[in-house]
Amino acid sequence: MSATSPSRLDEDIRGLDALETPRLEEPSLARRAWSMTWPMLTAFGLFVVVWQLVVWSGWKPKFVLPPPADVFAHLGEMFSTPRFWNAVTNTIGRAAIGFAVAILIGTALGLVVSQSRVMRRAIGSGLSGLQSMPSIAWFPLAILLFGLTETAILFVVVLGAAPSIANGLIGGVDTTPPILLRAGKVLGAKGWSSWRHVVLPAAMPGYVAGIKQGWAFAWRSLMAGELLVIIAAQPSLGVFLHQARELADAEEVVATMIVIFVIGVVVDLVIFSNLERRLRRNRGLLTTT
Amino acid sequence: MTVRAGAVASSAISKPVTAISIRNVSKTYGDGRSAVTALEEVSFEVAKGEFACLLGASGCGKSTLLNLIAGIYRIDQGSIDTGENRIGLMFQESALFPWLTVRKNIEMAMRFQGTEKTARIERVDELLALVQLEAFGEKRPHELSGGMQQRVSLARALAQDADILLMDEPFAALDAMTRDILHDEFEQIWARSGMTVLFVTHNVREAVRLGDRVVLLSSRPGKVAAEIPTNLERPRNIDAPEVGRLTAEITDRLRQEVRRHVGD
Repeated sequence: MSATSPSRLDEDIRGLDALETPRLEEPSLARRAWSMTWPMLTAFGLFVVVWQLVVWSGWKPKFVLPPPADVFAHLGEMFSTPRFWNAVTNTIGRAAIGFAVAILIGTALGLVVSQSRVMRRAIGSGLSGLQSMPSIAWFPLAILLFGLTETAILFVVVLGAAPSIANGLIGGVDTTPPILLRAGKVLGAKGWSSWRHVVLPAAMPGYVAGIKQGWAFAWRSLMAGELLVIIAAQPSLGVFLHQARELADAEEVVATMIVIFVIGVVVDLVIFSNLERRLRRNRGLLTTT
Repeated sequence: MTVRAGAVASSAISKPVTAISIRNVSKTYGDGRSAVTALEEVSFEVAKGEFACLLGASGCGKSTLLNLIAGIYRIDQGSIDTGENRIGLMFQESALFPWLTVRKNIEMAMRFQGTEKTARIERVDELLALVQLEAFGEKRPHELSGGMQQRVSLARALAQDADILLMDEPFAALDAMTRDILHDEFEQIWARSGMTVLFVTHNVREAVRLGDRVVLLSSRPGKVAAEIPTNLERPRNIDAPEVGRLTAEITDRLRQEVRRHVGD
């Protein structure tokens, strides 16, 4: 009985490979964008319809609960004032700085805690505790420490976001499959190179999830901060909200809330959800697009 | 590479033709009453360039032994001498890094060794051709079938320029047809490379198909029960009658070993 000849074997292998390679076609960008946006637009449309119905029901007077059309008209007016764009720029600037600092601190904390057993015992559960602490509870102390300043706001933003980021990283490191650590070891990864090439990449999905959650906390803390810490001559979305309420201007309150909501969602969708999707797709963790 | 337990220092000088020399190796997990002896006084040698198969039923400590040789676990007692040989290890799972492309996975060991980039690219091209995956270098592991992943894993192990390749049931999770084809392919690669292979399996036919010699381990604790040279011409065919005959013989021996544990 003869064994398979080499050229036949080559063909066998290539044939098998062709059969076993799934042919996946990536949908076009336009298609993907549309498949993502239409459910969102539909949900938004439904929301507006319900809102209008509630207004029509006469549950509250119009100056307390304005109809959607008035709010969108007001939003249009806001867009044409430089003060509004000034406020948006200020707020987004604060968010960016606070969140960047939170990423730095959260990452450093996460690295230290995930690497050292002592540090984990010392502050591991503290980090989880911090994560569940409402950020608004930090403001009295922040104001005492830093006064009604930008620093007070950033302090709370960082405290709000950093624990999530640290916990995400720690979770990611902890769930590194042991087989990959062994594979790395066999291939010659030691100490730092094992961290750099095996543990950290393996921890990426957890880390990005933590960052995504951190953004949500940062944005929330920032809004709380801007409502509480009003700084003179520094318009911000929080200031808009605060003043609109003082003047009982319901249209402006709701319009500003829509702006806050949209910025939060857009940042999450465009940056973090995209990043997470890419990571998961590259690793074959994405089942549906 | 020499791994020795502190207590028993071996002074024996290994012969030049021996690639792996295992002497009186014991390994126990846990301690006190719950201690489990995985390996007891295991001794055997693998010659340079030999294809040895380590065969045993469940609980014979075959994987433990590979991990000891690879230096992943510590030896409790005895010694394992692999000389100056470089060791590569393949697992049952492909254990590829899911975030890297096939190319980057294969490159990994060379990166750790600090090989220059152009040399790395060249070597990866060679290895991809060797395992017939030239067209898949930029794919991610999850886009490949199980058999293809194992071939990438093989290429990654070969990229270490290992003199000794330890293989821990590398084809066990594959379907029968893919496994047969990979046997043929791997036999060719091994024959050309001059590598020493220690191949762990619980599949008797696979051991006979591939091995120059079958080392039969008993279970609980793992001990060498028999060493059986296959003496069959290469290239072999898994369906050849002489492969079948020897398989039946060794299966009998293995079953005897298993029967000893009735009522354990």
